[in-house]
Amino acid sequence: MSELSVKHLLGIKYINKDDINLIFETADHFKEVINRSIKKVPSLRDITIANLFFENSTRTRLSFELAEKRLSADVVNFSASSSSVKKGETLIDTVNNILSMKVDMVVMRHSNPGAGIFLSKHINASIINAGDGAHEHPTQALLDSYSIREQFGEVAGKNILIVGDILHSRVALSNIFALKKLGANVKVCGPKTLIPKHITSLGVTVELNLKKALEWCDVANMLRVQNERMDISYFPTTREYTQQFGLNKKILDSLDKEIIIMHPGPINRGVEITSDVADSKQAIILNQVENGVAIRMAVLYLLASKLQKNEY
Amino acid sequence: MSQKVLLNATEVNIALHRLACQLIENHDNFSETVLIGIQPRGIFLAERIKLLLETSYKVKNIELGYLDITFYRDDFRRNDKPIEPSTTNIDFIIENKKVVFVDDVLYTGRSIRAALTAIQSFGRPLEIELLTFIDRRFSRHLPIQPDYRGRQVDAINNEKVKVCWKENDGLDAVYLINN
Repeated sequence: MSELSVKHLLGIKYINKDDINLIFETADHFKEVINRSIKKVPSLRDITIANLFFENSTRTRLSFELAEKRLSADVVNFSASSSSVKKGETLIDTVNNILSMKVDMVVMRHSNPGAGIFLSKHINASIINAGDGAHEHPTQALLDSYSIREQFGEVAGKNILIVGDILHSRVALSNIFALKKLGANVKVCGPKTLIPKHITSLGVTVELNLKKALEWCDVANMLRVQNERMDISYFPTTREYTQQFGLNKKILDSLDKEIIIMHPGPINRGVEITSDVADSKQAIILNQVENGVAIRMAVLYLLASKLQKNEY
Repeated sequence: MSQKVLLNATEVNIALHRLACQLIENHDNFSETVLIGIQPRGIFLAERIKLLLETSYKVKNIELGYLDITFYRDDFRRNDKPIEPSTTNIDFIIENKKVVFVDDVLYTGRSIRAALTAIQSFGRPLEIELLTFIDRRFSRHLPIQPDYRGRQVDAINNEKVKVCWKENDGLDAVYLINN
């Protein structure tokens, strides 16, 4: 069996198409495992994993923790709000202290872009980026592409639309890298102020009219407006944003085909997507969450197999 | 590298018929018994035994599943490269059933140890038996022995026993390969 080309998962930018496909094939097997009555396998029973969440998270953190536990790893959790980070400890000191307790892998979310890359240069454990600021969120992109592959059989040649706050979204950037590597066509749509100036250099096209963009796509991935990352006003009002870029039943029904709706969560119902769309059959939002556990199990399993083997 | 034929197609066929008859002796009409082929190579033998039971011995409705043991192996991170998983497909209930594991070669016994753990994810079988086509004597690392064996073979460590099946390898035969 082939191996991943990397020791850490810091971003989709740093892995290749073969890595992505290997993760998908491994996730297929784990998806079967998590649908059994007993959802646990003993593969990682001698591995300890620290989940370091310096930024809030519900889905990703639960998903990682479930994935780790279903692989029988020992798990320690850490959140910045209840830790010594508040007392002024640096990132490297915090992590080194945790690693002295013999931790093999680190899953980290941090508000600074590149935090995972920085850490990987200073410590010896395998690092998985669970979101670093507005930079990358690789496991989310993997599970999104995996969900698209599950719907259509393959990702190559499909038209994927990403709508919303592209500027602040790590999900958008990681998704663009993953989808382009897998051969999909990617278009982004949103207020001009929330679309990065040189986004087309990543091989994506830009469309400012939501209706036109929806008519083009097979899948629409609706992103949340990240108010917490906005220090200035990027659009006049939320109501105006919803009118221009919100997905509702009326606009979906006006299309001449049925498209797949995705959302990485958390959903702001009534802003980027209405409740009737989010709960419709076209939406695969909960499938994405289920696939998230299988994808994270695959990533942990494949990275664990690359950990140094001379420790016995 | 030299290779020696241990069993030819006729001898393979005779052994298969004997194994099928032994299974019928112990499991009657298979109403309480299920066959589990151990991935990747046990499934060919399991399919062949099922076919033989159905066509030559008129046993009907035999349930056959495939069990992949990759995630239960005890050599994860001890090998140079990870082992590629295969599909697990058990679409029936094994709770309180008599389970017969079917694998082509029994060597160290470690695969069967992993299979014993893996099968627990699907319920609590009444009992588990082991059918293996080739039993390599004196090579066990664990206290595991087959209940049904096609042929017992003495092979030393750098020798490999390969079981070939018509549907996968073009002909039925068992070879002893000396590296």
